[in-house]
Amino acid sequence: MTDSGPQPGTSPAQTSKQEGPWAEAEGRLSRALRDLSQTSWLVTVLSVVVALVVGAVLILGANEEVQGSLSYFFAQPTDFLETSFQVLREAYSSLFRGAVFDWQASSVERAIRPLTETMVYSVPLILAGLGIAIGFRSGMLNIGGQGQIILGATSAGFLGYALSLPAGLHVLLALAGGIIGGAIWGGIAGVLKARTGANEVIVTIMLNNIAIYLLAWLLKQDWFKQTGSNQPLSSSVDESAQLFSLLGSGFRIHAGFLIAILATVFVWWLLERSTIGFEFRAIGENPEAARTAGINVTKATALVLIVAGGLAGLGGAAHVLGTEYRIAGGIAGSLGFDAITVALLGRSKPLGTFLAGLLLGGLRAGGVLMQAQTGTPIDIVLVLQAVIVLMIAAPPLVRTIFFLPRADGRPRLKKKHRRRPQAAGTDESASRESTLATADSGSAPTTTQEADK
Amino acid sequence: MKRSFKTSGAFAVTAAAALVLSSCGEAPEEESEGGDAAAAEEVDYKACVVSDEGGWDDRSFNQSAYEGLQMAIDEIGIQHAEAQSTAESEYAPNVDTMVQQDCDLVFGVGFLLEEGLRLAAESNEDTNFALIDSYFNEEELEGELENGKPLVFNTGEAAYLAGYVAAAMTETGTVGTWGGIQIPSVTVFMDGYADGVDRYNEDNDGDVELVGWDKEEQSGTFSGDFSDQTQGGEVTEQLLSQGADIVMPVAGNAGVGAGPVLEDADAKMIWVDSDGYESTDFPDIMLTSVMKEIGQSVYATIEEGVAGEFTSEPYVGTLENDGVGLAPFHDFEDEVPSEVQDAIEQLRQEIIDGETVVESENAPS
Repeated sequence: MTDSGPQPGTSPAQTSKQEGPWAEAEGRLSRALRDLSQTSWLVTVLSVVVALVVGAVLILGANEEVQGSLSYFFAQPTDFLETSFQVLREAYSSLFRGAVFDWQASSVERAIRPLTETMVYSVPLILAGLGIAIGFRSGMLNIGGQGQIILGATSAGFLGYALSLPAGLHVLLALAGGIIGGAIWGGIAGVLKARTGANEVIVTIMLNNIAIYLLAWLLKQDWFKQTGSNQPLSSSVDESAQLFSLLGSGFRIHAGFLIAILATVFVWWLLERSTIGFEFRAIGENPEAARTAGINVTKATALVLIVAGGLAGLGGAAHVLGTEYRIAGGIAGSLGFDAITVALLGRSKPLGTFLAGLLLGGLRAGGVLMQAQTGTPIDIVLVLQAVIVLMIAAPPLVRTIFFLPRADGRPRLKKKHRRRPQAAGTDESASRESTLATADSGSAPTTTQEADK
Repeated sequence: MKRSFKTSGAFAVTAAAALVLSSCGEAPEEESEGGDAAAAEEVDYKACVVSDEGGWDDRSFNQSAYEGLQMAIDEIGIQHAEAQSTAESEYAPNVDTMVQQDCDLVFGVGFLLEEGLRLAAESNEDTNFALIDSYFNEEELEGELENGKPLVFNTGEAAYLAGYVAAAMTETGTVGTWGGIQIPSVTVFMDGYADGVDRYNEDNDGDVELVGWDKEEQSGTFSGDFSDQTQGGEVTEQLLSQGADIVMPVAGNAGVGAGPVLEDADAKMIWVDSDGYESTDFPDIMLTSVMKEIGQSVYATIEEGVAGEFTSEPYVGTLENDGVGLAPFHDFEDEVPSEVQDAIEQLRQEIIDGETVVESENAPS
């Protein structure tokens, strides 16, 4: 870890990469990622609020009754307001009933089932989100969650139906296979970045496509599918490899949720308490400083994406072994990209990611009932997600909407602003410039961090 | 640049004005309830549909199924609920939610919903289920499924006719086809098409070549998904460069990408699933279409359900029961020689009578 003498990590490729526009872009990226992890909780909560408001407008816009009452708005405005209120109440209450507690259900079992459904949906989101979060904390934008999930799900599923082993061993082996599958996929990007300086964003995106087509090819091979039919759908995972159900039949909640909790604790320990985690964060804050401090940047960079891939792979494995049981072409859905949302929303912190995973899982679970009962298009849920990300990615926007003080706690200097309009535009860009200055001069990264808070 | 801003500004103002003006209408009379005499009387029967990832606007089987449901709503007056799936993990929950919504009949569109529907059917004996485009997996069934009806289509039969027409109409001596993804419900079209071309060659000592699909090898050209129209255009370009002048894309929405490319090349198109003369923007180049009457079968199944005559007997769409068919030639009516039209009619009859069997390992069995 702390090699002395000339750094082996400083290969010619590395040094040349650190100069010129590439280095600048990379530096900017890691700063942006760091900023993201320091957004305040308030901004996160308010982003969700803004998203719900935007969602409300869209729900109203898409509703025919509301459109009808809008056509005579000036003749009888109360009609419009009443229908709008009704429609919104129905939509959001069914979203809640589908995600948390259904007070209109026919039985107690059915009433509490929504919360467990939320947990089911959140399992792969949390696990993959943790993987993405580790990348963010280490200054790496891992877009490859999708590919890593596919590889994890594919290996876990295949081991799940191709082998026949005793119950406990089988499921553990399948899970391990999932982790390894994802880790290999993440590792390819990690090693390429560490050894050659390849941009991890591009590599992971390309690996996503490779994973999709690899799976499509596998689903045409009889040795892989083991079904005898020519539909692109694999055989079912053996019972011995399925994650056991936590609440018995009638519920889909499975042991994967416990795995998600354990993984959250593990990631917390890894990032906050372990030496490796310290190295991860150090290269995220400032790779140059980390190198100077004697950290093997090459190794740590590769390791970040291996661990991230492993977590995403575990997410895919839990998805297949816990709920899906079969591998199909769309096994990963949009999980890999939703996981990025989860990590952003959770501010790249383990607990935050866990809670964000639950929130998005809830939106998914609730969306099902909202759509079935009120006819509100499921796309609204996607819009909610998208608006949340948009807001989180632009904290100054949220602060402006809600007249909040600046991120660093200093008052909004409106008057000063007016007096000296040429003083570097908004407050945010000013603080960004100071960040730039400190980072460029190579001083200890912790000071920048504090200044940003 | 500036100009476009101005235009969009003007547009926004106009739109806003239109909105305000349209809001000045009069409030409807209170007694409007129940006044919709035009609508069919309400029937106490609830039919529900769950889409696959394609969504209701896929210009393919989800859309056809949805249209069938709409027709039943308008004409029979049933209640309904619908769920659009955006990911595979939503299939089972969507089906389950439909059951909880007290649906009498739940449709699942696509073979991917097979498992979800089968499990729901086994545990909810009072609800009926219909699976579009796939049979239920018998190996995994415990006993007979009394409340599950598969609706499948032997599209190979109609594609056979399309292949014959294409071979008869080509000027370059080469026709083409390509698919979205290599799955049986796609390749069954391509198999039938290939056989139709062969049949033409056999009957007329022809030498028409098919590019894009090899039935023996079961390999051919695929764009990779059902949505990417750019990719669809590129794949079509490839086939054109191999000399094809009539192309049949079997790729849902991605097939739309073939339209502009074929238009530019002055080539013709054969559409699938619905009548492309009406459902696409390229009626001018639409030679014919291989139709799969999903909407009709959905409507018929609902009708049976309302009458209390639902059975688990599979519905197989064939040329005989008009579940599949060849669309009219529309603008090409005069260009298709009458002997070809007669030959088609004769082939149709042969297939119905069983004299000609369209064989495909991808056909529903």
